Amino acid sequence: MSITRRDLVTNASKLLVLTPAAAAFLACLKGETAEMEPKYKMADHYWAMTIDIGKCIGCGNCVRACATENSVPDGYFRTWVERYVVPAWPDEHPDVDSPDGGKHGFPPKEKAGAKSFFVPKLCNHCAHSPCVQVCPVGATFESPDGLVLVDKTYCLGCRYCVQACPYGCRYIDPDKQVVDKCTLCYHRISKGLTTACCETCPTSARTLADLKNPNDPIHEFLRTNSVQVLKPHMATGAKLYYKGLDESVR
Amino acid sequence: MKDAAHLIRLAAVFAAGFIAFLLIRQALVPAGFGKYGHFRAGALDDIRARKVSFAGREQCAICHDDRVKELHAGKHAGVGCEACHEAQAKHAQLDDPSTGKPVLPDTKVLCARCHEKNNAKPRGFPQVATAEHSGGEPCKSCHNPHSPKL
Repeated sequence: MSITRRDLVTNASKLLVLTPAAAAFLACLKGETAEMEPKYKMADHYWAMTIDIGKCIGCGNCVRACATENSVPDGYFRTWVERYVVPAWPDEHPDVDSPDGGKHGFPPKEKAGAKSFFVPKLCNHCAHSPCVQVCPVGATFESPDGLVLVDKTYCLGCRYCVQACPYGCRYIDPDKQVVDKCTLCYHRISKGLTTACCETCPTSARTLADLKNPNDPIHEFLRTNSVQVLKPHMATGAKLYYKGLDESVR
Repeated sequence: MKDAAHLIRLAAVFAAGFIAFLLIRQALVPAGFGKYGHFRAGALDDIRARKVSFAGREQCAICHDDRVKELHAGKHAGVGCEACHEAQAKHAQLDDPSTGKPVLPDTKVLCARCHEKNNAKPRGFPQVATAEHSGGEPCKSCHNPHSPKL
């Protein structure tokens, strides 16, 4: 039997079409259809958070609640509170402290002529996240609903992302030796609850926000206040919107 | 046509290689990888599968509506139940919640967390130096935490 050029071309193209089909069939056999929770639709949400500096009283409720909710090991923080004491002049060197992440409040600190305030911090869930860009294995990623998350089964623990995060929001889990960070309580917000830190904040200094929900108060918040993100010059697309953020905050 | 035989053999080798590539790739790439981006889609479900510790104030209001009503009428209206009473999802999920009653917080410690005088706190926020103010007396002997009055 001789093979004509026509036969060769048709058979080769059949092969090309059929192999992926076979692959898909195999995938189907293994039962690999990704199942999502029926109620939560990722496409309907884009999460962010608003923080009002003028309301934070440094009680540490958020830090303790986060540790409870997410089993954060002692000495590690997914959220923490910093106290800034800024001298009137020169103000280049603010005195910043965060004893045990602010978990148990702050001892009084007086400094004549200085202003002081609390700054709650957590992962900024950046839209153009530096930590995601440096991950060599695709273990950290931006989810379609606007969260920066970690696939712990994929993480090698190489620490590139810990160094890349300009906000210092990542740590290496001392037990598993893989990276861990704020998930914006993904297990809660996907069930219609708010985050543990927002739930326990007594003054509503922080509020979970959904940018895709047209009725969310965040739109009013962004429209009517002077709002800043941390390190805007780094163009990370940070989604923690601070109201009343002082220029001295880094 | 005889001259084309070597081409056919070559094509067959390429085809075999291509199939081998696809099969190896199939075996190595985890399920759902690339569905939403350069990550395993199942990771989202893994993270979501975590259990909730804080039930949320709506959950508390189902049984404790009297307390919630009192709370909402006063200055502490915006404070969530679990801000003071700790994480209570376990208590809320019990068949008979009265069997696992949460421990009442010590108001000496609890109230001071927010109301202890500290000059970093916002100006308008009510603060006291507890040592001078109460002399070690628990706050709730004068103030009702659910409806504090000055």
